[in-house]
Amino acid sequence: MTTDPGLPLQVSGLRKSYPAGRTPVVAVDDLSFSLRPGGALGIVGESGSGKTTTARMLVGLERPDQGEILVQGTPLAARTRGRAARLARAKAVQMVFQDPYLSLDSRLSIGATVDGVLRLHGSLSPSDRAARVRELLAQVGLGDREAAALPRRLSGGQRQRAAIARALAVEPTVLVLDEAVSALDVSVQAQVLNLLSDIRRDTGIGLVFVSHDLAVVRYVCDEALVMYRGRTVEHQPVADLLASPRHPYTRLLLASVPRLGWNPDAIAGQRRDLAATDTPAA
Amino acid sequence: MSSSTSLLGRPLGTLRRLGGGPLTRVGVLVLAVFVLAALFAPWLAPQDPTYGELGEGFAGPGPDHWLGTDGGGHDTFSALVEGTRTSLVGPLAVVLFSTVAGIAVGLFTAWRGGWVDTVVGRVLDIVFAFPALLLAILAVALFGKGLSAPVLAMAVAYLPYTARLVRSLTAQEKVRPYIAAYRVQGHAAAFVALRRLLPGIVPTVLAQSTVNFGYALLDLAALSFLGLGVQPPTPDWGAMINQGQTAVLQGQPLSAIVPAVAVVLVVVAFNVVGEHLGDRLAGRES
Amino acid sequence: MPLLEYEALHVALPGMARPILDGVSLSVAEGEAVALVGESGSGKSVTARAALGLFPDGAETGGQVRVDGAELVGADAATLRAVRTSKASMIFQDPRAGINPVRRIGDFLTEQLRLVGGRSRAEAEARALELLGAVGLPDPPRHLRQYPHQMSGGMLQRVMIAGALTAEPRLLLCDEPTTALDVTTQAEIMSTLRRLQRDDGLGLLLITHDLDLAAATCDRIYVMYAGRIVETGTAAGLLAAPRHPYTAGLLGSSPPLDGPLTRLVPVPGTPMSLAESAPGCAFADRCRFVRPGLCDQAPPALAPVGTGLVACHRAEELTALGGPATAPDPATPALAATPALAAPATEENR
Repeated sequence: MTTDPGLPLQVSGLRKSYPAGRTPVVAVDDLSFSLRPGGALGIVGESGSGKTTTARMLVGLERPDQGEILVQGTPLAARTRGRAARLARAKAVQMVFQDPYLSLDSRLSIGATVDGVLRLHGSLSPSDRAARVRELLAQVGLGDREAAALPRRLSGGQRQRAAIARALAVEPTVLVLDEAVSALDVSVQAQVLNLLSDIRRDTGIGLVFVSHDLAVVRYVCDEALVMYRGRTVEHQPVADLLASPRHPYTRLLLASVPRLGWNPDAIAGQRRDLAATDTPAA
Repeated sequence: MSSSTSLLGRPLGTLRRLGGGPLTRVGVLVLAVFVLAALFAPWLAPQDPTYGELGEGFAGPGPDHWLGTDGGGHDTFSALVEGTRTSLVGPLAVVLFSTVAGIAVGLFTAWRGGWVDTVVGRVLDIVFAFPALLLAILAVALFGKGLSAPVLAMAVAYLPYTARLVRSLTAQEKVRPYIAAYRVQGHAAAFVALRRLLPGIVPTVLAQSTVNFGYALLDLAALSFLGLGVQPPTPDWGAMINQGQTAVLQGQPLSAIVPAVAVVLVVVAFNVVGEHLGDRLAGRES
Repeated sequence: MPLLEYEALHVALPGMARPILDGVSLSVAEGEAVALVGESGSGKSVTARAALGLFPDGAETGGQVRVDGAELVGADAATLRAVRTSKASMIFQDPRAGINPVRRIGDFLTEQLRLVGGRSRAEAEARALELLGAVGLPDPPRHLRQYPHQMSGGMLQRVMIAGALTAEPRLLLCDEPTTALDVTTQAEIMSTLRRLQRDDGLGLLLITHDLDLAAATCDRIYVMYAGRIVETGTAAGLLAAPRHPYTAGLLGSSPPLDGPLTRLVPVPGTPMSLAESAPGCAFADRCRFVRPGLCDQAPPALAPVGTGLVACHRAEELTALGGPATAPDPATPALAATPALAAPATEENR
C-alpha cells in the first residue's frame, strides 16, 4: 500500500483473531480499504462477519494482530503512550456506538458530556467552551433544554444525536458509526440519517458506516464493502453493488430485504446453497 | 456538576432521600441516638463510669443510677454512654480502612484484568476464608491487647468483602459502551476508572459497608468480651458484658443485659439501614 | 367466526397519563396472516399478550378478547389454561431468553408434550422429531440431543416455533420473531411461519416494527400508534396508498433499496410515551397535516376510507388530495424532488 496523506483513512491487511479452544477464531482476515476525502464507506455484514471488530480496531478498542491503519498517511499506534498520543489518536478517529441507552454516561448531563470532551481536547476558556457546546448541540438539533438534561430524560433519538455531537466535539478526521441507527424507532431513524448526511455535507468528515441494513447504507454511503465470515467478499460503489452484485452472499443479502412479493422460501434455499459451498471467495 | 461533588454528593443525597418504611426510619433514629451519645458522651454521662462506689454494688435502677450499677458500683448508664465512643470508633475504623483499601484493590484488579486480577482474586478468596475474629485474636497474640491491633486485623479481614464487590461491579461496568466511549475520546485510563466509573459504584459499596459496620461492631464486642480488646477501666460494651457475666450467675443480670441490648440494637439498625440502601440502589438501577 | 377477535380492548395502568390500549379492535381468521405494526410504546406487544390472557400487573381491563370463541378478559384459570395449552401459542423476540440453557433441546420439547399432551416418553420423542422436521431443521435426531448454545439464533428460533407447536395451536402469536436475528435468517423463519399458516391453516398474528416485513409476509396489516389502531387494510393497498399520515410517515422514513434516492421526510418528534396524553388525535403534534381546532378536539374514530379503515380527522380530505404520502405539504413545500444529500436542512427535532 502506498502511503497517501491525502486520504483520510487507509487500512491494509488488517487481521484479528480470538483464542477459542485449540484453533483461534479469525474475526477479521486480511481487510484492506481506503476512504477518499469526504467519502462514506458502508461496511455491511451480519453478526459474526467481523464488522464490529473492524470498527473497534479503527478506534483502538481492539488491537489488530496484523495490518496497518493510516489516518491522513500517519499510522495509528497500536498502543498509545502518554497524553499527546492518546489525544492524537482520538482526533484521528471517533465513534458512535449502537445503543444510545448505554453509550452515554448516565450521571452527566448532555452538555457536561460534550463539555468534558472539549476540556480534554482544547484550550478554550469556559465561556468559549459553553458557546461551542451550544453550537455542537445545535448542529445535531438539540437545544438548551436537552443540554441540561440527563440522558435518561431523553428519547433514543435525542441520545444518539448527543452521542454524535460528543464525537464531533473532538473534530476527528474519520467518524465510525457502529449500527448507529439500528436501535432507533423507524420514524426516528430517518431523522438521524438525515442528520448524518447533513454532517457529511457540512463538515467533509470521512464516514465509516457499519450496518447490516443495505437500504440505510445506500442512503448514507457512496461505497460499500460486504464482509462475510471475517473476509471482504465484495467492495464496490453502492449503486453498482445494488445494481449488479457479484458475490452470491451479496445477492442473498439483497434478496433477504423484505418487500411486497417477497419469496422467503427461495431465499432460505439460496442461503442453504451458500452455506454448503462454505468458502467465500475474496 | 463537577465529579468531586458527585463522589460525595450522591451518597449524601441518597441518605437525604432515604424515606423507606417505618422499620428503616426506626433504624435511622436508633443510629442517630447512638451517634449523638458518642459525640456528647462527657456531657451526657451523669457520673464518671470509671469511679466505683464500693457500697453501691448491684444497685437497682433509681434516681441515682438510672440503669443501676455493676458489682464494682460503677454507674451502668454512664458506662453505656461513654462506652458508645470506643464501641463505635473501633468498627468505624475497620469499615473506613476496609472500604477504602477494598475499593483500591477491587478497582485496580478488575480494571487491569488478566493475571493480576486472577492472582489478587485468589488471595482475596484465601483471606475471605479466615474468620475476622480469628485474625483479630491472632493480632492480639502478636501485638498485645487493646483496640489498634484487632482493628487493623479486622480491617484486613473485612477488605475482601468490599474488594470482591467492587471487583465484580467494576468488571460489569467497564465493558459498557459509555466507558469505551471515554477511552475513544482520549481520556486516560486512570481518569475514566477513578472519576467516571467509581462514582457510579460507590453508593452500592457504601450500602455494603453499612452492613459491615454492624458485623465489625459485633466482632469487636466479642473480642472485648473475651478480654482481648478494650481494657478496663476504659468503658466498652463488650468489656461491660464480660464483667457482667459473673453477676448474671449471681442473679444480677442488668449490668450485662444493658450493653448487650445496645450491641443488638446498633447491629440490627445498621443491617436494616444498609439493606434498605442496597435495595433502593438495586431498584434504581433496574 | 374469526379465530382471534379483539373488541374495543382497553388496558390501562393507574398513574399513567394515557391507557396502554385504547379501544383496540382486530381480528385474525383461520389460515390468515395478519400483522400489527407499531413503534416502541405503541402497545403492540401488550395486544399480543392479551390473546393469551396475559395483562400487565395491576392493569384495569375492558372490552373483549376471544380466541376460538373463548372470552379471555376476566376469564378464570381453567379457560386460560385451555386456550394456552391447545388454542394459542406465542413466539418471542429472543429465543435464548425462552429456553433453559442447561437442558437439551429434546428435553425442552418432550417435557411439554408429556406434561400437556399426556404422551408416553417414546410418543413424545417421535412427535418432537416430527415437529423439528416441520420447522425445517435439517437433522432432527441430532438436534434433539443438542444444547441451546450449540445452535445459532435462527435454528433456536425454529426450535421455539416447534415448542409453540407442541400445543397444536390454531393461532400463532409472533412478537418480533426475527428482530434479534440476521437478515438472511429472517427469511428462513418467515418462510417456516408462512408454511405453517398456508399448509396447516394456522392463524398468524405478526407483531413487528417493520412495515416492509409486514407487507412482505402478511395478508392484512393493522398500524398502531399510542395504544390505538390508526389504520388497517390489505398489505398491498396499505403500502401503495397509505391513508393515515403516520403510516405514510413510516413509509417515508425508511430509505428505499431501489428507485430514485430522495431526501427522507422523517416524522418529527418521538413516539408518545405512557406519561404523555393528548385530548385529540395522539399523532397530532407530529403530524404535518395537523389542523388546530379539528385534530386536537377529540380522538378520531376508525372509518372506512378507500378499501381500509383509517382513524384521521382529515383522511377524506387528504385522500382527495392524493393521500398523505404525496399530498402537498403545507409546511415544507418542494421536498420531494430534491436529492438526498443536497436538500436543505429542515427542523426535524422537536
